[in-house]
Amino acid sequence: MTTVIYTAHDGTETIVEGTPGVSIMETALRNGVPGIVGECGGSMSCATCHVFVSDETAAIAGEMSELEDEMLDGTAVEREERSRLSCQIKLIEGETYRVTTPSEQV
Amino acid sequence: MAATANDATLIVGASQAGVQLAATLRELGDERPIVLVGDEPHAPYQRPPLSKAYLQGEITSDDLIFRTADWFAQHDVEVVTGETIAAIERHADGGGEAVTETGRRIPFARLALTTGAAPRRLDLPGIDLPGVHYLRTADDAAAIAEGLESARSLVVIGGGFIGLEVAASARKRGLAVTVLEAAPRLVGRVVSEQTSAFYLDAHRRRGIDVVLDARIAAIEGADAVSGVRLEDGTVILADVVLVGIGVVPRTELAEQLGLEVDGGIVVDAACRTSDPSIVAAGDCALMPNPYARGSLPRVRLESVHNALEQAKVAAATLMGDPHEYRTTPWFWSDQADIKLQIAGLSTGYDATVLRGDPDTEKFSVLYYRDGELLAADCVNQPLDFMAVRSALGRGATIPPEAAADTSVPLKKSVVEPAAPTLV
Ligand SMILES: Cc1cc2nc3c(=O)[nH]c(=O)nc-3n(C[C@H](O)[C@H](O)[C@H](O)COP(=O)(O)OP(=O)(O)OC[C@H]3O[C@@H](n4cnc5c(N)ncnc54)[C@H](O)[C@@H]3O)c2cc1C
Ligand code: FES
Repeated sequence: MTTVIYTAHDGTETIVEGTPGVSIMETALRNGVPGIVGECGGSMSCATCHVFVSDETAAIAGEMSELEDEMLDGTAVEREERSRLSCQIKLIEGETYRVTTPSEQV
Repeated sequence: MAATANDATLIVGASQAGVQLAATLRELGDERPIVLVGDEPHAPYQRPPLSKAYLQGEITSDDLIFRTADWFAQHDVEVVTGETIAAIERHADGGGEAVTETGRRIPFARLALTTGAAPRRLDLPGIDLPGVHYLRTADDAAAIAEGLESARSLVVIGGGFIGLEVAASARKRGLAVTVLEAAPRLVGRVVSEQTSAFYLDAHRRRGIDVVLDARIAAIEGADAVSGVRLEDGTVILADVVLVGIGVVPRTELAEQLGLEVDGGIVVDAACRTSDPSIVAAGDCALMPNPYARGSLPRVRLESVHNALEQAKVAAATLMGDPHEYRTTPWFWSDQADIKLQIAGLSTGYDATVLRGDPDTEKFSVLYYRDGELLAADCVNQPLDFMAVRSALGRGATIPPEAAADTSVPLKKSVVEPAAPTLV
């Protein structure tokens, strides 16, 4: 099973069973998880899919591209060490992901 | 109305705006039934990737859905696919009944039109030949992808965003690609001359043949398209032709309902049509936009952001809490490895500032009116885009003198709006 645990800014947790190959952003949108907007559908144009990932998730989330790095400099809530664009993290079979969503995306 | 009062909301058009409208109604606590009707045979899906990742074979149509079937079921949103609403009858109480082409009747208490737009058709000899395509739907994209599979050459008629995206995607697949544009420059309707000139150079560098001021006489071919003939007699070989000359808003139902239509369904800033009980949102709607300057009091935008934001406003209006549409318009276009992001609306600009060198394929064009920042086209410059989008959203500006200085990040040159004076 592939699981994503989304923690909202106010602490509310939503647990979703994901599909391998689908991004954390898409998984949130398809299941109506609040806190992620993802306007550009994952083409790295909007930075409205900003999340803070846990240490364990950071380890399995893959490398950040230069473009993602630049886009993160313009997020609504200032980036932190564990900031990622959730559209760039594709789920891997059997893994569990933990992300916290910021208070604002736009 | 009958004793069993029907209190359903009918949303006509099950795409970007329609799905968002349903989702926002639920977020706002609406518990009444929602029926979302779309004439396409698919679960609601995103269009932007159709000309990009999908045509490059990177994703399939399964990757495009907005929401899972479970989500729609859990939120009591009935999705009716493959049915066209042919007519709508109104009752005196504001509700009514819609009839589909197959004769299905759908009663409703509240009505939202999110009917979008359809490709503008081209009238040319040979236009109906197999191999000539338009691109709006997943089915269109599937047919194009299949055509490109065995094709060696593609001719794109129209040098707008969708045409150029398809051209770039096909070029990446190794096809010989020609773009025919009737105007003297590419994407002339939307961007400055500098941005147009950049696209011309950039696509030519990637091996795409671009013909400006093109005058097309006919599409040639016996059983299927074989080429496009220009008025001067030149024939450009083509196994596939894509026509991308803009869209026409789908206003037929609005017209039938007697609503005001003027190249789009006319709505106010709260998405109310000329019958204030009916809302409209997305590509079909023509709305006063606080960001549009100059001579245009109302604009019809064709973008994901606009469809989403108008849908949210329309939902609030249906909930009896109308508020004004106020959001910084933005748009993106990915053509091969060229990422364009546009923030704001440049309509009515009187000056531009070029930031960076277009030859490096990393630059921005900032648009001004009376010295005030209106918009920016940012090419492979996400930081400039983010700075401008956020400045416009706060009513801030960037002085033109500072904008050209690439040694200073744009974000650092933003001048905040004067604090409101207390009265
Ligand atoms: C190939 C392509 C690439 C794009 N790329 C970008 C991009 O990069 N960035 C961006 O911001 N935007 C892009 N867009 C534009 C964006 O997709 C549109 O702005 C958006 O889809 C508008 O949403 P909408 O819901 O208003 O209308 P639409 O998406 O047009 O949806 C309207 C739906 O209503 C249905 N309908 C209409 N009338 C009826 C009826 N009588 N009965 C039943 N159903 C009906 C239609 O069939 C359609 O499914 C692109 C569009 C295309 C086609
Ligand atoms: S969804 Fe737009 S950048 Fe991630």
